[in-house]
Amino acid sequence: MLLSLRRYTRDIPGKARDAPRFRSRFVTVKTEKLFSQCRFPLPSWDSRFLLRFASSHNFLIEAFKPACSISIKFSDGKTRKRVPIKRENGQTLLAPLFRNQENIAGKITIEPHQGKRIEHNGVKVELLGQIEMYLDRGNFYDFTSLVRELDVPGDIYERTTYPFEFSMVEMPYETYNGVNVRLRYVLKVTVSRNYGGSIIEYLNFLVHNYSPPPSINTSIKMEVGIEDCLHIEFEYNKSKYHLKDVIIGKIYYFLVKIKIKTMDIEIRRRESTVTGATNHVETETLAKFELMDGAPVRGESIPVRLFLSPYELTPTHRNINNKFSVKYYLNLVLVDEEGLRYFKQQQITIYRLPLQDT
Amino acid sequence: MLLIGAEDEEKWLAEGIAGIQHNAFYLHRALDSNNLRDALKYSAQMLSELRTSKLSPQKYYELYMRAFDELRILEMFFKDESKHGVSVVDLYELVQHAGNILPRLYLLCTVGSVYIKSKEAPAKELLQDLVEMCHGVQHPIRGLFLRSYLAQISRDKLLDIGSDYEGDAETVMDAVEFILENFTEMNKLWVRMQLEGPGRVREKREKERSALQELVGKNLHVLSQIEGVDLEIYKETVLPRVLEQVVNCKDDLSQYYLMDCIIQVFPDEYHLQTLEMLLAAFPQVQPTVDIKTVLSRLMDRLSKYAASSADVLTEFLQVEAFTKLSNAIEKVIEMQVDMPAVGAITLYVSLLTFTLRVHPDRLDYVDQVLGACVKKLSSIPKLEDRWATKQLVALLSAPLEKYNDTVTALTLSNYPRVMDHLDNGTNKVMAMVIIESIMKNNTCISTADKVEVLFELIKGLIKDLDGATDELDEEDFKDEQNSVAKLIHMLYNNEPEEMLKIICIVWKHTMAGGPKRLPFTVPSLVFSALRLVRQMQGQEGDIVGEEVPATPKKIFQLLSQMIEALSAVPSPELALRLYLQCAKAANGCDLEYVAYEFFTQVFVLYEEEIANSKAQVTAIHLIIGALQRMNVFNVENRDTLTHKTTGYSARLLKKPDQCRAVYACSHLFWVDGQDGIRDGERVLLCLKRALRIANAAQQMASIARDSSGPLTLFVEILNKYLYYFEKGNKQITAAAIQHLIELINTEMQSDSATSDAFLASTLRYIQFQKQRGGVMGAKFESIKL
Repeated sequence: MLLSLRRYTRDIPGKARDAPRFRSRFVTVKTEKLFSQCRFPLPSWDSRFLLRFASSHNFLIEAFKPACSISIKFSDGKTRKRVPIKRENGQTLLAPLFRNQENIAGKITIEPHQGKRIEHNGVKVELLGQIEMYLDRGNFYDFTSLVRELDVPGDIYERTTYPFEFSMVEMPYETYNGVNVRLRYVLKVTVSRNYGGSIIEYLNFLVHNYSPPPSINTSIKMEVGIEDCLHIEFEYNKSKYHLKDVIIGKIYYFLVKIKIKTMDIEIRRRESTVTGATNHVETETLAKFELMDGAPVRGESIPVRLFLSPYELTPTHRNINNKFSVKYYLNLVLVDEEGLRYFKQQQITIYRLPLQDT
Repeated sequence: MLLIGAEDEEKWLAEGIAGIQHNAFYLHRALDSNNLRDALKYSAQMLSELRTSKLSPQKYYELYMRAFDELRILEMFFKDESKHGVSVVDLYELVQHAGNILPRLYLLCTVGSVYIKSKEAPAKELLQDLVEMCHGVQHPIRGLFLRSYLAQISRDKLLDIGSDYEGDAETVMDAVEFILENFTEMNKLWVRMQLEGPGRVREKREKERSALQELVGKNLHVLSQIEGVDLEIYKETVLPRVLEQVVNCKDDLSQYYLMDCIIQVFPDEYHLQTLEMLLAAFPQVQPTVDIKTVLSRLMDRLSKYAASSADVLTEFLQVEAFTKLSNAIEKVIEMQVDMPAVGAITLYVSLLTFTLRVHPDRLDYVDQVLGACVKKLSSIPKLEDRWATKQLVALLSAPLEKYNDTVTALTLSNYPRVMDHLDNGTNKVMAMVIIESIMKNNTCISTADKVEVLFELIKGLIKDLDGATDELDEEDFKDEQNSVAKLIHMLYNNEPEEMLKIICIVWKHTMAGGPKRLPFTVPSLVFSALRLVRQMQGQEGDIVGEEVPATPKKIFQLLSQMIEALSAVPSPELALRLYLQCAKAANGCDLEYVAYEFFTQVFVLYEEEIANSKAQVTAIHLIIGALQRMNVFNVENRDTLTHKTTGYSARLLKKPDQCRAVYACSHLFWVDGQDGIRDGERVLLCLKRALRIANAAQQMASIARDSSGPLTLFVEILNKYLYYFEKGNKQITAAAIQHLIELINTEMQSDSATSDAFLASTLRYIQFQKQRGGVMGAKFESIKL
């Protein structure tokens, strides 16, 4: 084998001791906890978002005691697929699922309480696509905003139902809940009033977009190492995986002169957000999967088979509305007996195949 | 950290067991409620206990067995789809979600075995997958146990697919491939254990490894149990692969164990048919491997197999087993320069045993083995090592035991050369073994050449070997020499000529033995020669007038030499007896001068060498006895000799001895038979003289001790009187007898001695003769009691 063909990447050569930069990155990862954690239960939904969502909803209903109740029903609500979102308290929230350029139609029912009369300046429904950046004081950016006027100003005496329809709605981005950013779609019904404040009702729904299997899907294969110390070649069968895919691969040991204790593969999500001029990157380790136990010798080939389905992954998002990106990496980590870590990270693309919503 | 205390280990084990029990409790609960998710969760947690690195293999095994029991229960649960509602295919994926590799792979193996059993997917692919996935565990102990679990859990399925579908060679091969693969990996891990940790705990590590060897060997055992593995598969796939692994692992413990395992596990028939391949591996193993034991066991097995039935013997011939084994041993010895002598000899012993069992008719093979051994030992003149010596004795004894006819051993040219390498003590022992073998089988050694070889073999007994200074145990020495004496009797040939040659050879050898040995060996040799003389005496008519090398004269000359040598030892009494024997034989041959010469020697000996009075008495009686029987002498010679004899008799020290010798001498003048001398006068003379001496003796006794004298002497003389009286000696009259009886009676009264039984029965005899009537009665009539 020709030496010139090898690529000793700049990313990891040398022990971590020599490269504290890399080491410090791992401080945020609670290794032990992840290590001992069993992978069977699904990782929980991001709690921050859910809590916020729930409280705003309840607040409006409970605290202000609005004069009427507003309910939003999709016309295909019975048949439409609902995606469960598991919350930490065990409750499951089912949200209807849509895809890009679908018609979103339904009925909005307004029922005044105790026969009250509701005087209003008009009733409207909005379909909003919003990106919320937590680091930007929770500002919303609406990338999609469609309005339908349901009623002219007047009074509502009794239960009134308004049909609505948004046809062929452009929803190019998927719903996403990240560490620093979320992208959500919501229907907002507003009963405008001069006094007492407007009565507003929200309904969240999810959007998933599907991609066909990529026509080109090359494997990832690379030789890495530390001169005269460690020399491995890893190979993953593809560079693009769908959400329920399996990563098949192997790690071949050309040379091992250090005592390796374990080898893990990690799936890391890198969420980069742009707030004004600053760029913020948040990295999470979503999966830590032990590939090898003990010290291999020269010539060993260690198999990789990692099922993606147990992990809560999303498709890769590239530069969504110039606000954020979500990228996935496979990180191969070798730990020697002294606890030093050696790793090599490779980006993979994750996409969503149709019928992979659960 | 390195030298972990046993106490700590106990503690860790206890913790591990507690962990397993804790999780097993929840696992059982999950299983009872058919909760797959929890079952997987708790089983994974339980199996995480096996991730420990703190335990020694033994302790780890305890832990493993606990987990193993639980996994069997889990397997039952997996099998029953109605309980968990997940198809085995999905289950196979589901268990792979576990984040830790060890629990993941244990579960995968467990589900995998259910999957194979369900036959929903080709067993080959599943097996391949399992064995491949197990690569993930590279830790030697954990890996070994994991793979051993895989082997164990898949065992019955393998036996099924290896045997169920008869004729379907492919499925068999799948099973075989799987086991071989697993075996190879396990062995690698096992070998790797050796390299772990510092060198100083090497011994401990080896011990630990030995404890695990069965895990590795189990694979081979399973292979041997698969019915589908026929000779062809064994030859083409199994053996080459296993051997490749054995040779390549370059680990002595592993090589030793695995080679042994191969030999013990697979049928003999296979070994025989793949002998070449198997043997080719031996020279390639590490020099430190105790190859001799393994190879010995192989040969042992093969030879037992050969003995099992006659049919297989032809197979042995077909495959030229001997040549192959012999070459292999040579190569092994060549390669392993440092192998101690004992190792090499052990190998040869095994080969010899094999040869003797398989090719009992091929003496050349036996000799070849011995020859090879000699070659190996050529650098060591004498073996010092006790074990090596023992093995060499075994080597030499084997042909003796096999061929009841010890002569066979004598035709092996290398046999004595091997014996030369024994130290003196052992050499003797070996010689004894040879002799015993001859005696036991009553083998007659009948040619001079063989005798020559034989004596060359047992020369340790025949003569002092160079440098033999050690003090000999008297008893042992006697035993040895007696054996040699016995052996001489086994040397026999009907042809006088050949026999003489044999005698000459034996004499030549015994002469070298020195004075210590002669008293033992010479008598045998003398009698052996005398036997020859007597034999020739019978055939004398045929050989008269011919120029034959073997004549009695010659033999007598030789005998004379022998006995002379003996008398020089000195062992005069023995020599005297032998001379007398020779004289008798010469008498038989009608060789007067020879006989006379022998008698001369006898008297010379008597005069010069025998000083002990007791010995003298014995000698005189012997001489009298022998001389009485001689009929070859003319009157003059006879007179000289009888005169001499009587003279000596009368000059014995003690009176009773004198008396007895003298009355015995009377027989010299009265010989029964046709032309016997019957000189009654001199008989009477002797008897009278005896009486005088008896009288004197009695007087002396009464003076010295004031008691009854030797009355018995008188009774004895009376008996002689009666004898001659009956024989018709005219000089012995009834009156004389009457007189003697009265004399005795008087003596008895005066001494007031108690009645003598001898006298009483003598008198009773006279009474009897008197009453008998007839001629004898008349003769006795005149005697009055």
